[in-house]
Amino acid sequence: MSPSLESNLFVFALAAFLGYEVVRRVSPQLHTPLMSLTNAISAISVVGAIAVTGAGHNTTMVVVLGTIAVTASMINVVGGFLMTDRMLKMFKKRKSN
Amino acid sequence: MSCFLSITGVVAAAVRLVPHNATMPAYVIMIYLAAAMLFALSLKWLSSPKTARWGVLAGEIGMAAAIIATLFLPEVRHYDWIAIAFLIAIIAAIPMALLIPMTAVPQQIALFHAFGALAAALVGTAEYYAHGSSLGTSTLIAIGFESLLGYLTFTGSLVAAGKLQEILPTQPMNYPGQNVLSISILSASVIAGAMVVIIPANPLVFPIFIALCLLFGVMLILPIGGGDMPTVIALLNSYAGLSASAMGFVLNNKLLIIGGALEGSSGFILAMIMCKAMNRSFINVLFGQVQAAKAGKSDDIYGGNIKSVNAEEVAAILDGARRVAIVPGYGLAVAQAQHAVGQLFELLESRSVDVQFGIHPVAGRMPGHMNVLLAEANIPYDHLMEMDRINPEFENMDVVIVNGANDVVNPDARDNPNSPIAGMPILNVDKAGTVIVIKRSLSPGFAGIPNPLFAAKNCLMYFADGKKAVLDIIAELEKL
Repeated sequence: MSPSLESNLFVFALAAFLGYEVVRRVSPQLHTPLMSLTNAISAISVVGAIAVTGAGHNTTMVVVLGTIAVTASMINVVGGFLMTDRMLKMFKKRKSN
Repeated sequence: MSCFLSITGVVAAAVRLVPHNATMPAYVIMIYLAAAMLFALSLKWLSSPKTARWGVLAGEIGMAAAIIATLFLPEVRHYDWIAIAFLIAIIAAIPMALLIPMTAVPQQIALFHAFGALAAALVGTAEYYAHGSSLGTSTLIAIGFESLLGYLTFTGSLVAAGKLQEILPTQPMNYPGQNVLSISILSASVIAGAMVVIIPANPLVFPIFIALCLLFGVMLILPIGGGDMPTVIALLNSYAGLSASAMGFVLNNKLLIIGGALEGSSGFILAMIMCKAMNRSFINVLFGQVQAAKAGKSDDIYGGNIKSVNAEEVAAILDGARRVAIVPGYGLAVAQAQHAVGQLFELLESRSVDVQFGIHPVAGRMPGHMNVLLAEANIPYDHLMEMDRINPEFENMDVVIVNGANDVVNPDARDNPNSPIAGMPILNVDKAGTVIVIKRSLSPGFAGIPNPLFAAKNCLMYFADGKKAVLDIIAELEKL
């Protein structure tokens, strides 16, 4: 097993555990914004798509696939964060009047 | 057109293979580390509505920092296509996020899952075609996982979005040999994935693998009925995260592994909660046949025991009540009644009535959906009570109004071990003084079974559309 695979597996296992512990404490009221927010966060895959596209490998196909991937994941980033915030804005305590 | 050709020319002229796993500059690694910590903080702040918007901000800062750092990576040398992609994405995403009605949030989230998963799958595919057979076995295995999860989540989420939007039939679609066919396609996909790892130089194996993964996504979600969508959408949430995580293994990028793993475990927990709330297992949701409803028994239960009321009588009952609970179901959202219910809440509160909302975990089309709909109708979140918190309170409630819910208030789930929904956790509305059920008819819910609550001594049926009924009650109540 290569050292990078080994450390990646450790990171994955610990991050999954961290996610489990943090998400378990999220109020059920906020489960829809939770799903929308985690989805926006996992669109961090845009970083990988940028690296692949920007490196401009030896085939046009790679650039085409990369560009579609950047578009798709960036829609996920922008849309995910905006929609999460739009939903959370509506959660208010009783008006003080 | 000539502009596009020249851009392609520039790209083609400048292409040069970058060594795989090129080492990252230290400052990029530090920014990625900070982004990973911000992501964890973001989810932690989501634990309460008070801090939740800070959570979104933390996530946004982490994301923006990571994207900017990536643009400065030495291996990123061409910005033209990235700029075009960013522009298209921003133009497309803003209306999607800001104009979609809150009732349509589940299908919009399913579409976001599809986009995220497609990106992961395409990057895996691009890596395969960029480096081909020079990749090591462990990287090829990771590409296999990334593509399998990415492509199946892509088509699966599109089918789920189609069902939620009711473009595709929402009834469960079962056919003989369905599970055998689905499992055969999955096995074929796994075998094709193994072939990619064993003979990566063969030009045919990867396209066949992609086609099988796409097909499996459709076959997995198409038969599942609308009632199971909360579980399905949570499960696809998990898969979308895992595909991003697998991409991190392919590109040796720990930030991707962490971001994907957070969504992977979050979706998994939500899917578990949904299964528990319906008293079903994953396997049963994904591969279970819906048992034919045992019809015909409803006459024995309902016969002569149904008491019907009108708006005037309901208003008179509410006039004497001091504690009221409202139990909304998805029927409330279908009738677009959430704003009317918000008005009723205001009116009752102004008459010093204590009003709480009792929300079952599967009350909407996805986890937590009903809370969003009620928050949009200006109901303060401290009045939105989850099932475990409100159940002990029902016996102290003078009146419970059930609007658009059926199976989740069926006492058979608690009392009758032979019921098809036996063991499913329910809201114990029958313990309250008076239960008023607003419903168009006595037709059964998703489970297809009669509900003895409707014939109970303390239950009154108000047969009407969910929105009109509430507006009529408000009008009568204002006269008193």
